[in-house]
Amino acid sequence: MRTVIGLEVHAQLLTKTKLFCSCSAAYFGAPPNAHTCPVCLGMPGALPVLNERAVEYALKAALALHCEIPARSVFARKNYFYPDLPKGYQISQYEEPLALRGYLELPTGKRVRIRRLHLEEDAGKLLHRPEGYSLVDLNRAGVPLIEIVSEPDLSSPEEARLYMEELRRVLRYLGVCSGDMEEGSLRCDANVSVSPDERLGTKTEIKNMNSFRAIEEALKFEVARQRALVEKGHPIEQATLTWNEALGRTELMRSKEEAEDYRYFPEPDLVPLQIDDAWRERVKRSLPELPAQKRARWMQEYKLPEYDISVLTDERSVAEYFESVVGLYPHPKDVSNWMMSEILRLLKESQTMEIALKPEHFARVLEMVSSGQINRTVAKDVIAESFKTGKAPDEIVRARGLSQISDEQALAEIVAKVLAENPKAVADFQSGKEAAIGFLQGQVMKATGGKADPKKTREMLLQRLRAT
Amino acid sequence: MHLNTKPLHELLDLINKREIHPREVIADLYRAIAERENYIRAYISLAPQERLLEEAERLRDKPLRGLPIAVKDNISTREFKTTCASRFLESFQPVFDATVVHRLKAAGATILGKTNLDEFAMGSSGENSAFFPTRNPHDLERVPGGSSGGSAAAVAAHEAICALGSDTGGSIRQPAAFCGIVGLKPTYGLISRYGLVAFASSLDQIGPMTKDVRDCALLLNYIAGRDPHDSTSVERPCADYTQELGQEIKGFRVGLPKEYVADLSGPAKACVESWEKHLRALGAEIVELSLPHTKYAIPAYYLISSSEASANLARFDGVRYTKRASNDSVEAMFSESRDKGFGPEVKRRIMIGTYALSAGYYEAWYGKAQRVRALIREDFASAFKRVDMILSPTSPTPAFKLGERVSDPLAMYLSDIFTVPASLAGLPAISIPGGTVDGLPFGLQLIADQFQEARLLRAAYALEQEIKS
Repeated sequence: MRTVIGLEVHAQLLTKTKLFCSCSAAYFGAPPNAHTCPVCLGMPGALPVLNERAVEYALKAALALHCEIPARSVFARKNYFYPDLPKGYQISQYEEPLALRGYLELPTGKRVRIRRLHLEEDAGKLLHRPEGYSLVDLNRAGVPLIEIVSEPDLSSPEEARLYMEELRRVLRYLGVCSGDMEEGSLRCDANVSVSPDERLGTKTEIKNMNSFRAIEEALKFEVARQRALVEKGHPIEQATLTWNEALGRTELMRSKEEAEDYRYFPEPDLVPLQIDDAWRERVKRSLPELPAQKRARWMQEYKLPEYDISVLTDERSVAEYFESVVGLYPHPKDVSNWMMSEILRLLKESQTMEIALKPEHFARVLEMVSSGQINRTVAKDVIAESFKTGKAPDEIVRARGLSQISDEQALAEIVAKVLAENPKAVADFQSGKEAAIGFLQGQVMKATGGKADPKKTREMLLQRLRAT
Repeated sequence: MHLNTKPLHELLDLINKREIHPREVIADLYRAIAERENYIRAYISLAPQERLLEEAERLRDKPLRGLPIAVKDNISTREFKTTCASRFLESFQPVFDATVVHRLKAAGATILGKTNLDEFAMGSSGENSAFFPTRNPHDLERVPGGSSGGSAAAVAAHEAICALGSDTGGSIRQPAAFCGIVGLKPTYGLISRYGLVAFASSLDQIGPMTKDVRDCALLLNYIAGRDPHDSTSVERPCADYTQELGQEIKGFRVGLPKEYVADLSGPAKACVESWEKHLRALGAEIVELSLPHTKYAIPAYYLISSSEASANLARFDGVRYTKRASNDSVEAMFSESRDKGFGPEVKRRIMIGTYALSAGYYEAWYGKAQRVRALIREDFASAFKRVDMILSPTSPTPAFKLGERVSDPLAMYLSDIFTVPASLAGLPAISIPGGTVDGLPFGLQLIADQFQEARLLRAAYALEQEIKS
């Protein structure tokens, strides 16, 4: 049985102001209706004026997705009644969208074709009160969105999730969308069908999937539901479904007969949007290296395992950090190991997107480890402290006296003392329990506050134990 | 002295020469309003006289000297409700001034009041006002025309010196013709629509309604030009629209479209013939021409304007503004509020427009109407290769009687037959008094090519002087 999935993704653009007025687009958490004006409230007589920055952001996304940009695109009114839609229509694009015919390359190498990408405004929000009425908050009304429609090129729920993750990565690399699905700044509807042969089956549309997991789960459920019907010879009804996260199932929202007629027509309040070659080229030149390009280059340049590359290129800031550290300390695998174990953990704990540890400080710590000046345990502490305080590693090591004890004389004294105090472990070792050396080494570390050079300690312990 | 009967430019001259004071003009205006307004009924809202007197004092150094101007009640004003003559907006107070109002105020004008109109500017008689009909000052049994009927009647009854109207398919020109005043619909894009409550966005234009052509040019000077709040507005091509007034029009080629005049008879035909004579006397040349797609203009206009209106009026849904008729459900709130809030003509147009845009019908109706619109534009473009102006009556008949056409929407729609084509083509057109038919004012319309307002006004001025003499 063949599964065919296409996704329609809505991404909020990170512009300062809304798509057609100068109200702040930062609606999240703002007091209700604080960011509104006659234009985004849809007051009689108010007119939209297009935000150029939003066009630029949409162009960035379109060009990153390898789309064609027609010289002219046209805004259109999408007509429907809903209390969160103040004008009774949404300004969108229909017959002549901003961009057409692109593709997104998944980490697997598969290219998923993009049918179109267009600009539109978001609607407001309803707050349903338990008392039985609803309140309207129009802070979000007019926030710029891009809608990205894929061709039905995805062949499994897992692939749909990969597509969504990669798309989010691209948009975040571009800095045009925060990609936060829980907050709703990235939203996804799916069209899905199954069929026993090469012909396309009847599709259903699924809405209300608010996380990557939900996308995968909802599609798995729907594919299974459709397969069971097809296997029994039952027809699939074309319908719009909604994903019920709590119950883990898709539910009917409206049937084909109830489908809305949006009566699109060209928006007479706006002139056609003209994008000339110069504008397109300027935006194209401003694009950063994108995740797929970066992954390919790292494979070549750093010869890192695929897993490391996927983790470290997930966020542009992390990837760039990695590269600046490697620029100072040219041992990519070493840097990768430390980043994946220490830096990403600290980043997660700090709950920010900024790595507070300066690349040169991180590189210096790695140098100190490789030269034997500090051991790995101490290095972790130094990294953590420098991450927190911004102090230089040398300063931290000096201030806390953390330099590794590799001086034979000093170490020999401590080793002798540990052996004398732990006769049982010594006896265990000598009766063949070689693991006992680990305990003894731990005691040396404890006694030195972790400063003992582990390699030297082990050598010295073995030497003494075998000598007796 | 009845200063309220004088055009704006004369009053400004007298004030500048310190022969009169603006407060005398205001006093005369309110005297006329007190006398006539109870039967003309041009105004939905009126400013208190004391306020205008105070403002006139404050604005006396500005170019318009604090003189008051009447504004159609679909143009937003902070200090008045802006009702669009609809129950939906009967208590709606805008939070901003329309750009034209802002510009007039900045030039030292005050707003005298808000004039009656057909609800949301949909109509040709003024009778579609949800509040009351306005009467034609020339014959109280007759309509003032529409939709800017209140503005036209106010100026004609000297209850205003001049006014602003809005024109979508003839809503400035037809009432100007019916009331015997001058009305200009400028080129689409010359005047900002910001603050004009939209009826059909691709057609709506604000324009002056005045006692003479010079006032039209003068007001245009204050309101024309690019507005960053209206993406469809453009830089004005002319610094001073009064500059060409009084220059001769010798050698002007004036086209007479056979489709416009073929069916005229009797006194209307005689009027057109007299205009031809005047034009020849002024040294202009009359050229017969054809605008072959004219007969499709009315259906194309009603499809396009109603389609746009169906979207523009969707915001009146019971969530905000005056009327929420039901709280039973979201559906009931929408449908009952709209049922009670809109009058029958508005509902008719919303239904036409909704139908014309529906899946499966879009191409046959809206799509085809847009193609007709392109053909009409081409008709004019090729005509203006041969002529400077196009001449026609503004409306086929003078003002009709109240109630005469309310039950026959098609007959009502046909009173716009000469005004609609220029609207579809976005061209400037002016109506000036062109004599009388059956004792009633009969309007003369001149249409010019895009942004040729200066020449249009020059020709209109020459004709006005010739007809007066």
